[in-house]
Amino acid sequence: MEMSIAVERRREAEESLAEASASKIKIRALNFFYGRTQALYNIVMDIPERVVMAFIGPSGCGKSTLLRTLNRMNDTIHGTRVEGRVEIDGRDIYAPDTDVVELRRKVGMVFQKSNPFPKSIFDNVAYGLRINRLTESKAELQERVEEALTDAALWPEVKDRLKSSALGLSGGQQQRLCIARALAVKPEVLLMDEPASALDPIATQKIEELVVELKKQYTIVIVTHNMQQAARVSDRTAFFWLGKLIEVNTTERMFTNPDEKLTEDYITGRFG
Amino acid sequence: MEQHRLLDRELNNLRDRLLLLGGATETALERTILALVERNSTTAREVLDGDSQIDRLEVEIDRLCIDVIALRQPAARDLRFVISVAKITPILERIADHACNIARATLDLNDEPELKTYVDLPDMGKHALSMLHAALDAFTSGDAARARQVIDRDDEIDETYNRLFHDLINMMVNEPGTVARATRLLLIAKHIERIADYVTDICELTVYMAEAAFIKHSK
Repeated sequence: MEMSIAVERRREAEESLAEASASKIKIRALNFFYGRTQALYNIVMDIPERVVMAFIGPSGCGKSTLLRTLNRMNDTIHGTRVEGRVEIDGRDIYAPDTDVVELRRKVGMVFQKSNPFPKSIFDNVAYGLRINRLTESKAELQERVEEALTDAALWPEVKDRLKSSALGLSGGQQQRLCIARALAVKPEVLLMDEPASALDPIATQKIEELVVELKKQYTIVIVTHNMQQAARVSDRTAFFWLGKLIEVNTTERMFTNPDEKLTEDYITGRFG
Repeated sequence: MEQHRLLDRELNNLRDRLLLLGGATETALERTILALVERNSTTAREVLDGDSQIDRLEVEIDRLCIDVIALRQPAARDLRFVISVAKITPILERIADHACNIARATLDLNDEPELKTYVDLPDMGKHALSMLHAALDAFTSGDAARARQVIDRDDEIDETYNRLFHDLINMMVNEPGTVARATRLLLIAKHIERIADYVTDICELTVYMAEAAFIKHSK
């Protein structure tokens, strides 16, 4: 039986490798610099399609930096530099001919603090569709807005007040509105940077349930300081420390029997 | 880091309470075997009287485990430790129950003339006691290799039980007047055999705690 457990683990590892070969995102030898300060060191990671990947680690470990490299949000920060490759669907997103606007449509992002525009609920969701001219008629626009709000589990709460200001929504609703806004342009990957850290437990639960639901359609990468949240919503977890990827594993394994002592020390609160 | 020290303190407390329960269970088993060998009814009654302390400890450890899981959300090796303690606790309580059953059978036997001395039975009991002692040592030190060695020793108990079973059945067939006493001895042998099985369960949980490997039902 113990032998069969070893065989089982080997099989899991092989399956993991097989999955990696069909990865949505491939990160290879990625180094990242803020000026002279190196924030990420030789990151190698595969993120399979339609899974939730959680990034965990102490503050300053590089998890948010890595998240932002996945849709080149770091480009907006002066003095940053990237080495290595990030492939999405086999295409290097740092290649010179990459259309960054198209990349960010394909790889949507939700931030820690909800940031609705001071516009109506409808206009917030329709914003990306309008500026990218992604719909051909008013009816199609309405259809896409409803679809996005439904996918973000917000439609039943706002369907009767679409013209009301988004700023009148609760914090949890505003965050789901931002998710709807990201979903409206039909991304394939959703990046979430501590999406529930400013929310109460009930709103947090709604976001977590939403994440689990959304992975049926999207590949999701979530940065969280809340390890229980990572355990609850993710299929795989990556642990970072001082800009290095220490371990990436199935979430179940990570929280019951991680491979690395450093990971175990962090997960069990014996860090530092 | 304060949280970490708090969790460590609670885990240490859990370990201490489990060892206290383990020690009380060992004592119950040791005393019940002594009562059987020496035909000592006073000792047998002491074993029965001591069982309520074991029951209280079981409830206390159950509560501690639930509190640690609910309030501290242990993970990785801490989680495996708490789960192992939560599962070992009722096993120890059941071993103590078997010790009580042996004590009750001893009291009944002591009311009747002594049957032919069965050397195997006290030896079987001492073997089970030694297995329990080694199993608790292995758990305390998180020693999976030692836990596996204890598991291997269960076969000896099973062999002794099978031999005793046939001997006692033969005795009942050949000397029908011994049926009541021989049946009690048979029950005692069965209790000891079950105790060894429970010790094996403790060792399997020790292996899980140390290595995250599930070896239960592996034979």
